[in-house]
Amino acid sequence: MSNLISHAFKKAKSENRPALLTYTVAGDSSKKQSLEILKSISKEVDILEIGVPHNTPVADGSQIQTSSYRAIKNGVKVNDIFKIVKNFKKFDKNKPIILMGYYNMIFQYGENKFLKKCKISGVNGLIVVDLPWPENKKFANKCKKKSIFFIQLLSPTTTKNRLKKIIKDSHEMIYFISMLSTTGGKLKVSSKEILSNYDKIKKINSKKNVVIGFGITEKTIKSLKKADGLVVGSAICREITTSIKKRQNPVTNVYNVVNRLKKKIK
Amino acid sequence: MKLKKGIPVIDQGNKLGFWGGKFGGNFVPETLKKPIEDLEILFNKLKKDKNFINERDKYFKNWVGSPTRFIKLENLTEHVGGAQIWSKVVSDANGGAHKIYNATVHCLLAKRSGKKVICGDTGAGYAGKMLSMAAKKFGLKCKIFMGAKDIQRQQPNVRAMKKNGAEVIPVYSGSQTLVDAVSECMRYWVANCDKVAMCVGSTVGPAVFVRICGWSTSQISRELKAQLIDKFGSIPKKLKLYNCVGGGSSSFGFWNEFMDYDKKQCEFIGVEAGGPEKSKKHAAPLTYGSKIGILHGAAQYVNQNSDGQIEETESISAGLDYPGISPLHCFLKDTKRARYTAASDEEALNAYKLVTKFEKLRPSLEPSHAFSVAIKESKKFGKDTVVVVNSCGDAYKDRGILKKRLGKKYV
Repeated sequence: MSNLISHAFKKAKSENRPALLTYTVAGDSSKKQSLEILKSISKEVDILEIGVPHNTPVADGSQIQTSSYRAIKNGVKVNDIFKIVKNFKKFDKNKPIILMGYYNMIFQYGENKFLKKCKISGVNGLIVVDLPWPENKKFANKCKKKSIFFIQLLSPTTTKNRLKKIIKDSHEMIYFISMLSTTGGKLKVSSKEILSNYDKIKKINSKKNVVIGFGITEKTIKSLKKADGLVVGSAICREITTSIKKRQNPVTNVYNVVNRLKKKIK
Repeated sequence: MKLKKGIPVIDQGNKLGFWGGKFGGNFVPETLKKPIEDLEILFNKLKKDKNFINERDKYFKNWVGSPTRFIKLENLTEHVGGAQIWSKVVSDANGGAHKIYNATVHCLLAKRSGKKVICGDTGAGYAGKMLSMAAKKFGLKCKIFMGAKDIQRQQPNVRAMKKNGAEVIPVYSGSQTLVDAVSECMRYWVANCDKVAMCVGSTVGPAVFVRICGWSTSQISRELKAQLIDKFGSIPKKLKLYNCVGGGSSSFGFWNEFMDYDKKQCEFIGVEAGGPEKSKKHAAPLTYGSKIGILHGAAQYVNQNSDGQIEETESISAGLDYPGISPLHCFLKDTKRARYTAASDEEALNAYKLVTKFEKLRPSLEPSHAFSVAIKESKKFGKDTVVVVNSCGDAYKDRGILKKRLGKKYV
C-alpha cells in the first residue's frame, strides 16, 4: 500500500531533511480561515494534519483545547471538515492530509460512512487518539482496504513487547509521542533521550516512517532533525490565539511560524 | 446480552473490558495503556489476596465505620401509607458519603504500587473530600480536580479538602463541572502516570476503574444483606432497592450482593437527575434514551449531539451532574436487571422537605432524587413490600442551595 504520505516522506528524504507536519484544528478560528491557513502553509509543509475538534479531549493541552472549543463554538461539524479537505485538495491535490481526532466522532458518524467520506474528500491518513492497539485492529484494517493509512501511536510507556506487535500491525507511518504529556507540554526530557527511544522503534523496523510529536516548537525542532518527520501542533494553535488577541491576521502569522520551522530543519 | 449468575458483575467484561460486548472498554491514549495494565494486574492479584482483603476490612470497620445503620422510617411509612420504607444510612460512613470506600481502596492500591501522589476528580466534592481524607490517612500527597462551577456551589467540601492538605485545582474548561474535572484529571495522569496514581471518583472511566470502584462500594450491599437477614430472618419476598444514579457508584454497590436474586424478589430502581422541570437539559442518559458514545475512556449511554460532542447537563445536584453513566448500569439496563427513571430538581427538593419533616435524616440532594421516586411508588405497594432507599450522602454540603431554594428553616 502506498499513498501520498509515502511520497511526502520520500521527497523529504531526497532533500536530506525530516518531513514537516503541521496540526491545525478544522474550523479554527472559522471554517473559511482554517482553509486559508492550510492553503498558505501548504508549500512549506510536507503533510497536513487537520484536527477534528472534540469537546472532551483527554489528551490535549490548553492550546489545542482552546482551538477546538473555538472551532466548535463557531459551528464546525464533521461534514464541514470533509468540505474543507475537499476544497483544499482542489487547490493542491498532491498534498497529503491526515485527520486527527477522537473515536466518538467517527463512531457517531459510522465507521464505514466516515471512511467513505474520507476517500471521496481526499483524506490520506487517520490518527485516532483514544483508539489504541489492539482495540484499533478492525478499524485499521478497514482503513487499509481504502488505502488510507491508520497511524499507530507509540509512547515512552509502550513496552518493548507491545512496540513489536504494534509496529507489525502498523501501516507505513507511525507517530511517536516524545514524552509523558498532553499535547503542547514543555519538552521535559532531553532530545537525546527522545531520539534514543526513536532509535529503538527504527531498529525494530527501519522501513516505517516514524514521526515525533508533542512539545515541538521553534526552539526544540532542530535538535530532533534526525527523525523521519516532526509534528508541530500546539505552537501553531497558540499563534492563532495570540493573533486573534492582538487583532492581527492569523493566516500571515501562522505562515511565518511555519516558514521559520521549515528553515530550521533544512 | 445476558447477565451471568455466580460471577461478580465487575468480572463479567470480556478480554478488552467490554460488558455485554459493547459497554466499557479502554478508549485511552497509548501513554495510559501501560499504567492501566499495571493497575489491572495489581488489582486482579490483590482482590484474591486474603491479607489485602483483611486489610481493607480492617479499615472499613475501624476507620470508615462499618456497618452503617439500616433503619425503618416509621413516620414516613405511616405518612405515605403503603410499603414499609427503610433507609440504609450510608452517610454514616466517615466523611458523610459512600465515596470513602473507593477512595480507601485506591489509596491502598497506590501504597502497594509505590506511588506517593494520588490525583482524583470530584463533582459534589465528596469523592474529592474522601480522597483527601484517605490520602492523609495513608500518607499520600493529593491533588483534586474540580469544576469551577462546582467549587462555587459545594464550598463546605472544598474547605474540607483543603483542610486535609489536598491541592484543589479548579477546572475552567467546558461547562466547568464534573465532566470537565474528569477530563482534566485524566490529562494530568497522562502527563504524570509514571509517578502519580489516579482515582476515578465513580464507576466510570477505563474498565479497571469501573471494576475497582464497584468492588469497593459493594461493601454497602454486603452490610445490607446481613442487616436484612438480621431484621427479617431472610431476604424479604418483595424487596425494592432505590438509589440515585449519577456515575453510578453508590447504586452499583447498593445492589451488587443481590444481583443473583430474581428481580421479582429484589428489584433495583435507579433514579437519574432529570434537571429543572423547565429545562430541556438533564443528566439522565438512561431514562431519556441517549445514544451509546465514548466518554472518558468507556463506551456508555451518554448525552451528546449528532456529531458526537458531549452535551452539557443540568441538575441541582452536583454529584449527579454527569452526561454519561457507568458501563455497569448500561449493562444492567440492557439485560433488564435494573429499572431506571428520573426525578426533577423540584421533585428532589420536595422529597427532601418531606423526609426531613418526618425523620431525623438529612439526605443530600443526590439521594433526595431516589427518595422522591421511592415515596411516589411506595403508595402503590402493600405493607409486605420492603422499600429501601440508600441515603448515600449528607445534606451538610448542600446548605447553600437548600437555603436559597427552600429557605432558612430547611438548613
